[in-house]
Amino acid sequence: MKNKIISKVQLSDSIFKIEVEAPLIARSRKPGNFVMVRVGENGERIPLTIADANRDKGTITMVVQKMGVSSAKLCELNSGDCITDLVGPLGKPTKIEKVGTVLACCGGVGVAPMLPIIEAHQKVGNRVITILAARTKELVILEEEVRKFSDEVVIMTDDGSYGNKGLVTAGMEQVIARESIHECVTIGPAIMMKFCAETTRKYDIHTVASLNSIMVDGTGMCGACRVSVAGKTRFTCIDGPEFDAHQVDFDEILTRLKGYQDKEKLGNKLQEVK
Amino acid sequence: MIDKIKEQRNEAWRVELRKKLKAKDRKAIERIVIPEEDSLERIKSQRIEVNRPITFDQAQTEASRCMDCANPTCMEGCPVGINIPGFIKNIEQGDIMNAASILKETSVLPAVCGRVCPQEKQCEARCFYAEKLNLPAVAIGALERFAADYEQSNQTKSDQVNERVSNGVKIAVIGSGPSGLSFAGDMAKYGYEVTVFEALHEIGGVLKYGIPEFRLPNAVVDAEIENLKELGVQFVTNFIVGQTASIQDLKEDGFAAFYIASGAGLPRFMNIPGENANGILSSNEYLTRVNLMGADLAESDTPVMTGKNVVVIGGGNTAMDSVRTAKRLGAERAMIVYRRSQDEMPARKEEVHHAEAEGVEFLTLSNPVEYVADDNGRVSHVKIQKMELGEPDESGRRRPVSIPGSEYLLEASVVVVAVGVSPNPLMTNVMPELNSTDWGTIMVDESLQSSINDIYAGGDIVRGGASVILAMGDGRKAAKNMHEKLIGN
Repeated sequence: MKNKIISKVQLSDSIFKIEVEAPLIARSRKPGNFVMVRVGENGERIPLTIADANRDKGTITMVVQKMGVSSAKLCELNSGDCITDLVGPLGKPTKIEKVGTVLACCGGVGVAPMLPIIEAHQKVGNRVITILAARTKELVILEEEVRKFSDEVVIMTDDGSYGNKGLVTAGMEQVIARESIHECVTIGPAIMMKFCAETTRKYDIHTVASLNSIMVDGTGMCGACRVSVAGKTRFTCIDGPEFDAHQVDFDEILTRLKGYQDKEKLGNKLQEVK
Repeated sequence: MIDKIKEQRNEAWRVELRKKLKAKDRKAIERIVIPEEDSLERIKSQRIEVNRPITFDQAQTEASRCMDCANPTCMEGCPVGINIPGFIKNIEQGDIMNAASILKETSVLPAVCGRVCPQEKQCEARCFYAEKLNLPAVAIGALERFAADYEQSNQTKSDQVNERVSNGVKIAVIGSGPSGLSFAGDMAKYGYEVTVFEALHEIGGVLKYGIPEFRLPNAVVDAEIENLKELGVQFVTNFIVGQTASIQDLKEDGFAAFYIASGAGLPRFMNIPGENANGILSSNEYLTRVNLMGADLAESDTPVMTGKNVVVIGGGNTAMDSVRTAKRLGAERAMIVYRRSQDEMPARKEEVHHAEAEGVEFLTLSNPVEYVADDNGRVSHVKIQKMELGEPDESGRRRPVSIPGSEYLLEASVVVVAVGVSPNPLMTNVMPELNSTDWGTIMVDESLQSSINDIYAGGDIVRGGASVILAMGDGRKAAKNMHEKLIGN
């Protein structure tokens, strides 16, 4: 039995942490990598980021938010179940260098792939300040893990139900005003990453965004994940998933993410009928 | 090899069979018309094979057209050098299993080749009938398919599988497309322990994700893969060599040599304004969603773009596969937009003819220059510029020249870009010591060995986008050379 789920923890109403047996990926994955997952013989291939890996146990951990048919199917699996297909690691690893202070801005499930990145930054001796942003308290996830790999954590909620009230950018402004930041990493919803990039652009802080595009194969074959970076079309799967956030056309990404929305709604409806 | 073929030709039964019918009478037989599924019927499903099987009698009659030439030029037209008269004469005498067995001597995928090879440009173009008599060639492709299908539908296999002795040497194949499968089959026959690593969840590469079922049913590919498994070939899916594990890891696991056949997986785009609008996708994406992921089926979770007007850019086989898929997904207008004229189209004539019969429209001497999207970011129109043919270019085809001021807007709800593919960089990215060209193809010497000892490469990762049969030919060649090198050591 391959890709057996070892544990599943519910982090919020719709977010689950799933640890799965994948010894080879656990050994070869690097910060920034992702995997492709398929659940069931009629399942869709979807990209998911890797939140953690345990070489000794031979497992990787993914954090999944129920959004459409495919992510819901994955979240319905339990400990002991097997994921039909799991392949990776894919994508170029994050460039980790000693730069000084790194500002990590994450929102939603973007916190999960940020964990190995901040862990790596700390390891090379960078000071890590992490801004953890969510709509409301219930959606702030993985706080404990984030604290483990951060020198400082700033929590921002839209409604002020936890941490500071305000958007991620408000938190960024405060930190940037206070001390010099040498690099910024942002992972989260495209709209959030867009505004993170706009914020750091003003201060000329090099910023890397990890993109979450629609993919079919994840190996460069389909081109569904294409994005415009510095006016050139690039593939998120093999050229990314991380790009210079100041060069990324986020408006195009926001449009492209809606490409299959109608179809997905139909899928949800079918699911309800079943 | 040539001697063996001459020897076989002089076997008593072959001599007898040649005498049975005079050349004049053979010549008088008309070439078989391959039966086709009705065009209105077949476009109702992605999974109805267009070319119907031929009967035993039809196959024997067609086989009897073959003159069993002393100098079979047809074989020179075959990239893998199939013993063509040998298998055809076995069909004529009614020994179909033996015919299949002869096919298997040189090709691990005869049922595939019989369907997708451009025979009209290869073996059939070099047939005595076509070259010397100016008559339609013997239908070699149809006969190949017949013999291979006959074997597949019979429980007893031809004798290839018997008593394989393993030499215990482990060989890794990277990619399970036609080149990798062909290599794997030959190496298994030489006695190696062959493992094929495939990145996707299905085995078959382009045969599965690319070529639609109406041209090549998946069951046919699976049957060929089963044959390889019986030969002892092992398959590992969801494994990306260089990512999941490195070549070094595999060496430590005991793999002695490698064959890279990872294909030309990267779709090309034209880099014209608006090309990243929603509804514009590569033929790879379009075909993969349908062929590999079953997006045309209600039970599949994978969606695919559909719409009233589907425009496919390109004139190759992949463009034909895409436009005919669009027709089957319910497009009212399924259109080919191609910058040269129909004569220059690289697609097989048969595919163009099938597409026409299915109601596909051909907008030739037309080139997209821009895409227009609606308020939601979904493509709505293609701006087309008309072209005319100028002087021949380096490919020998007349160069298309744009006509200024001829632009017009064509309504499009889906656009499929089928203008070619580039080599997949996954391997070369992680192995800088593997020499590659500026195009990203892996550099190999005459024996198909790469810049690294014991790593060979072939198929589209070397050629940069060719055909199934050339990829298979590389697989055979690499297997032979690697084997000779390994036993020489």
